Amino acid sequence: MSVLIFTENRNGTFPGYIRELVTWGRQLADRMQMQAVVLSPGEVKEETLAGLGKYGAGRVLCVRVPDPDVMDNRFYADVIMKVAEKVHAEIFLFAHSNTGKALAPVIAAKYGAAYVSAVTGIPEQANPFVVRKKIFSGKVFTDIRMKTGKKVMTLAPHAVEAVAAYREVTPEILSVGLDKARITTRRLDVHTSQGKVLLTDANVVVSGGRGMQNPGNFSLLEELAGLLGGAVACTRPVSDEGWRPADEHAGQTGKIIAPDLYFAFGISGAIQHLAGVSSSKVIAAVNTDPDAPIFEAADYGVVADAMTFLPKLIEAVKRRKSP
Amino acid sequence: MSVVTDTTTRIRLTDEGFPDLKEVQWIINPWDELALTRALELKEDPGNAVDKVTVMHVGTASHEHVVRKALAMGADDAIRIDAEPMDSWDTAFRLAEALRKRMPDLILAGIESSDYNGGAVGGLVAGLLDISSVSAVSGLQVQGGEITVIRDRDGGRETLRTGLPLLAVVQKGIAKEPRMPSMRGIMMARKKPVSVIKTETTEPLITYEKYELPSPKPPCHMVDADKPDVLLDLLEKEAKVIRLS
Ligand SMILES: Cc1cc2nc3c(=O)[nH]c(=O)nc-3n(C[C@H](O)[C@H](O)[C@H](O)COP(=O)(O)OP(=O)(O)OC[C@H]3O[C@@H](n4cnc5c(N)ncnc54)[C@H](O)[C@@H]3O)c2cc1C
Ligand SMILES: Nc1ncnc2c1ncn2[C@@H]1O[C@H](COP(=O)(O)O)[C@@H](O)[C@H]1O
Repeated sequence: MSVLIFTENRNGTFPGYIRELVTWGRQLADRMQMQAVVLSPGEVKEETLAGLGKYGAGRVLCVRVPDPDVMDNRFYADVIMKVAEKVHAEIFLFAHSNTGKALAPVIAAKYGAAYVSAVTGIPEQANPFVVRKKIFSGKVFTDIRMKTGKKVMTLAPHAVEAVAAYREVTPEILSVGLDKARITTRRLDVHTSQGKVLLTDANVVVSGGRGMQNPGNFSLLEELAGLLGGAVACTRPVSDEGWRPADEHAGQTGKIIAPDLYFAFGISGAIQHLAGVSSSKVIAAVNTDPDAPIFEAADYGVVADAMTFLPKLIEAVKRRKSP
Repeated sequence: MSVVTDTTTRIRLTDEGFPDLKEVQWIINPWDELALTRALELKEDPGNAVDKVTVMHVGTASHEHVVRKALAMGADDAIRIDAEPMDSWDTAFRLAEALRKRMPDLILAGIESSDYNGGAVGGLVAGLLDISSVSAVSGLQVQGGEITVIRDRDGGRETLRTGLPLLAVVQKGIAKEPRMPSMRGIMMARKKPVSVIKTETTEPLITYEKYELPSPKPPCHMVDADKPDVLLDLLEKEAKVIRLS
């Protein structure tokens, strides 16, 4: 029996979370005495596929999908299920990405399997199989028992550390009979912001709230983000005012992000804003008000005027980057 | 449409260890409020071929006032599947059964319920009905027999064309602001039908074994405003979240 780890790829490369996802799958497979099998349909080079052995994948499979514009959940669910049959998959793992979130419940429905999204760890034992997740936007933890034989899960960001565990693997290109008549969803158009680090991909996010005073001051945040290789985000009032584009707004009604570092400038730390950023690994905050609620959520804090502190911080970063 | 606790609620646990939901305020799940708003916009726009908007909810009579709010926003009618949902599977199974009998062309679900953050029901219903689905939808147009959606995929935004029937799991951007019920809407809602139906179900597939409040986070490490270098050191060497040198 096996743990089947599904990953998407973007033009043949794997997203950043792949190391965590494969590590998690391998650790779970070891605990369950199963094999960790990775599946990534599409056009991925064999050497890229073989690289997943570094995180302990026991087998790496690819199903070629000739038309990259096929974006059909039903079609990909069929692919996953055909492969699952060949490798006797019992446990199905996905990233908690938009693709994972879309496919995982469809698979669960097909098998009548228990489904839990955004789990934060590995179950202690095979039976009972109990996983942990956060609910109420991070305000409560719950332990959930999954009662079916087959189980489907997505992994919350930062839930595990990637650990290398080298295994030699030879990628296998499988062909499974595919019913093209079931494809109803096709891509017409893609818009990726060229050259910019995407907010949902960024390891570092530099974010500004109303305390940034005016849209012009956001150039300081852009400069800092540029130096740290990160992306810029904002609070809802900032995007509502038109200071920043709407797709930068983070929070309960905006983007849910989980960078390594969330750097908050002039942000009060309202609960709706925190709902979108509280899974970040580390939060650092700069605010004039020592009692601002953001300091309750933050790991590092500075009580300062952002417009005075930012130029000093930027100088310090520049000094370190070019000694 | 799911009914959830107001998002500003401070959650406490009861002596038995369950979330204490006695005094909380119940609202329409924010994503569903946006989904309904978009559905109403589609109905009002003569270029979009939507002629009826029905709200479907699995829940007991105690939440019917929240379902009424959806009618006051402008939904034509509502179906309440009378049951206390056991888990997302149970909810989806009941919804799928009710939908099979009156299959609509377009089903909208939210990306998650803001309380239990399940993120499950939309995809489960699509799987149970074996219909097409698209997730993370932030834009939606209906033209003739075809639907165009904009969805966020990790790494970019895409426009997709898809056929009917479709289950769209929607998120932020699908509508700008949730529509507020007008006085007239509230009056009209009183006359609109809420049909209460029963469905079969199965055993729940998951059980919530235990709840725990997160242990309090260590206090924020405060750094002097004149010492940006100290902050960088902490981020680089202690937290290891940036690399400068
Ligand atoms: C249903 C609902 C959903 C919502 N969803 C979201 C959401 O998704 N995302 C979101 O962000 N908000 C959301 N909100 C709004 C949220 O409640 C807050 O109003 C918002 O997050 C506050 O934004 P802010 O921190 O930029 O502004 P403020 O609350 O005005 O805070 C500004 C902060 O800047 C500090 N400051 C002022 N001057 C300076 C200076 N010179 N230097 C440093 N600091 C300074 C102040 O001390 C203050 O703490 C939602 C609200 C509701 C009701
Ligand atoms: N009890 C319910 N009745 C009707 N729809 C629901 C119910 N619970 C969840 N949904 C739908 O499924 C979406 C995702 O919910 P969940 O899977 O609970 O996070 C919600 O936004 C609703 O559209």
